[in-house]
Amino acid sequence: MEQFTKHTGVGVPLRRSNVDTDQIIPAVYLKRVTRSGFEDGLFSAWRSDDTFVLNNPDFAQGSVLVAGPDFGTGSSREHAVWALMDYGFRVVLSSRFADIFRGNSGKSGLLTAQLRQEDIELIWKLLENEPGMELTVDLEQRTVTAGEHVFAFEVDDYTRWRLLEGLDDVSLTLRHADEITNFESTRPDWKPAVEPA
Amino acid sequence: MGRTLAEKVWEHHVVRHAEGEPDLLYIDLHLLHEVTSPQAFDGLRLAGRTVRRPDLTLGTEDHNVPTTPGPIVDPVSLTQVETMRKNCAEFGVRLFPMGDAEQGIVHIIGPQLGLTQPGMTIVCGDSHTSTHGAFGALAFGIGTSEVEHVLATQTLPLKPFKTMAINVDGELPDGVTAKDIILAVIAEIGTGGGQGYVLEYRGEAIRALSMEARMTVCNMSIEAGARAGMIAPDDTTFDYLKGRDYAPKGADWDAAVAAWRELETDDDATYDAEIDIDASQLSPYVTWGTNPGQGLPLSANVPDPEMLSDDGERTAAERAIAYMGLTPGAPLRDISVDTVFLGSCTNGRIEDLRAAAEIVKGRKVAGSVRMLVVPGSAKVRLQAESEGLDKVFTDAGAEWRLAGCSMCLGMNPDQLAPGERSASTSNRNFEGRQGKGGRTHLVSPLVAAATAIRGTLSSPADLSK
Repeated sequence: MEQFTKHTGVGVPLRRSNVDTDQIIPAVYLKRVTRSGFEDGLFSAWRSDDTFVLNNPDFAQGSVLVAGPDFGTGSSREHAVWALMDYGFRVVLSSRFADIFRGNSGKSGLLTAQLRQEDIELIWKLLENEPGMELTVDLEQRTVTAGEHVFAFEVDDYTRWRLLEGLDDVSLTLRHADEITNFESTRPDWKPAVEPA
Repeated sequence: MGRTLAEKVWEHHVVRHAEGEPDLLYIDLHLLHEVTSPQAFDGLRLAGRTVRRPDLTLGTEDHNVPTTPGPIVDPVSLTQVETMRKNCAEFGVRLFPMGDAEQGIVHIIGPQLGLTQPGMTIVCGDSHTSTHGAFGALAFGIGTSEVEHVLATQTLPLKPFKTMAINVDGELPDGVTAKDIILAVIAEIGTGGGQGYVLEYRGEAIRALSMEARMTVCNMSIEAGARAGMIAPDDTTFDYLKGRDYAPKGADWDAAVAAWRELETDDDATYDAEIDIDASQLSPYVTWGTNPGQGLPLSANVPDPEMLSDDGERTAAERAIAYMGLTPGAPLRDISVDTVFLGSCTNGRIEDLRAAAEIVKGRKVAGSVRMLVVPGSAKVRLQAESEGLDKVFTDAGAEWRLAGCSMCLGMNPDQLAPGERSASTSNRNFEGRQGKGGRTHLVSPLVAAATAIRGTLSSPADLSK
């Protein structure tokens, strides 16, 4: 996983609440068995609408998505994170994220920064008044800078540490392989197991 | 201080606890399907890792499978299913492929086999894994990176959840079902209301539900934003499990039941949040909008966004009503549908099919409606056929299909056309979920059946009038 310390890029105002992962990438795009190339599915239904924000050339190169509350609800598909990242997004700002989406983001290196809804509203206005405006997201300081405004955001300490270090979860856990083996020896015999293939 | 059901199951599975870090939790059962696993297996291959516990891992094919006889026609779907078979063979994972007697929707087959048991931790790359919580298991959906993590380590690093009690007391009126309970809960707390929580459904109305109905309730916990929903195991649970293929036998059964009886939330335990629902006040629910929280009693009218004081809610309602092609203030009962879908991990079990068949029996599906009946598993299909339910549905003019996820999410050919409207027993009414431009109203199997007969959103009570 790539390290994340600070990112500066064009902010994209997405004035919608409850953006579920079916909207981020519809199921029809989930049939691939690779891990890249999902950018064409990102917001696919909305991209056929000329007024959709990513169809505005000022925002098309955006890398910081500024979304309404309850972003990433619904299906667990990690393809939603891959589609955002394949398109070029590195950060999503929202006042509330769905749990599975937020977890998936942290695993792939997409920063989900939680701001107060009133700050999101202000950033929306700034971006709409000045399309193409860049936002700077500083993970060390936990701040978003938009022009002369600085906003604090929340991200949990552990996810922040992993993103700053670019650490992969599996290797972190395998440092504790002995503890896993010890735990396994204490599991009751009657717990179910299947016959492997 | 006492502990809740969720806290007990969590504590029983902590492999490692360290300050400032997530707990490392052991996973008792990892279910796989073809959509969210290929990149995880690829990750293992790239890192030269193996599946730590193939004996605690099980795969099925459900999302892409056609529900009409014959091979998969879509080459991309076919590649995904073939990749699943190749991965399972290479890593030694048991798979129930299309055509196998045990094949079916991942959340139907676990309970059916008796693999889903109280007190377990169960994960799957699928948000409706919450279904298994009906047995008092801590079960939740995970992303593909986490699938890879569980394959490699049989554990997951997790931050503790908060707990929320959903107390459903009173007795459900006739014609009101588990689906109506959960749609009412989601309408009450909203799609984000359960975020960060494990929901525990309690109260006499929950105790009175069958296991299958409890699964319907827990299944949709995720639609309220909660990763997991649980119900404490009781005699209903044990009766359901006893004798199933993977349930403990003999002395093991007695030891297991003794352990399971300890799981119930202690009397002196406290929850981080509680809500109360009076079951006796519930009636059949339907959704009118594009998220599962936008639901109302069938007797209500399409809401008028002008009446909503919150700006965000008003905008969301306006968007939803426009997408759904509805008129504010119009009775929900007047909405006519093109398609009725009976199936999915929410309502594709035998009791759901029986309940719907009871309504449909001796009647005809309205001429303007196509009704699709898709059993949740091959076993459910065979059971239904042995009871003659397939005949009841086909005699009424419905289509009787093979098992799979089908029109719940339209990854196979079962999809809505743009602008087409469905009454669906599935779990999500998101824009385009059942096909691009499709419009979905979530309903119970009883409402689905009555709607198929009348052609407009209806409850069985409307049929006898």
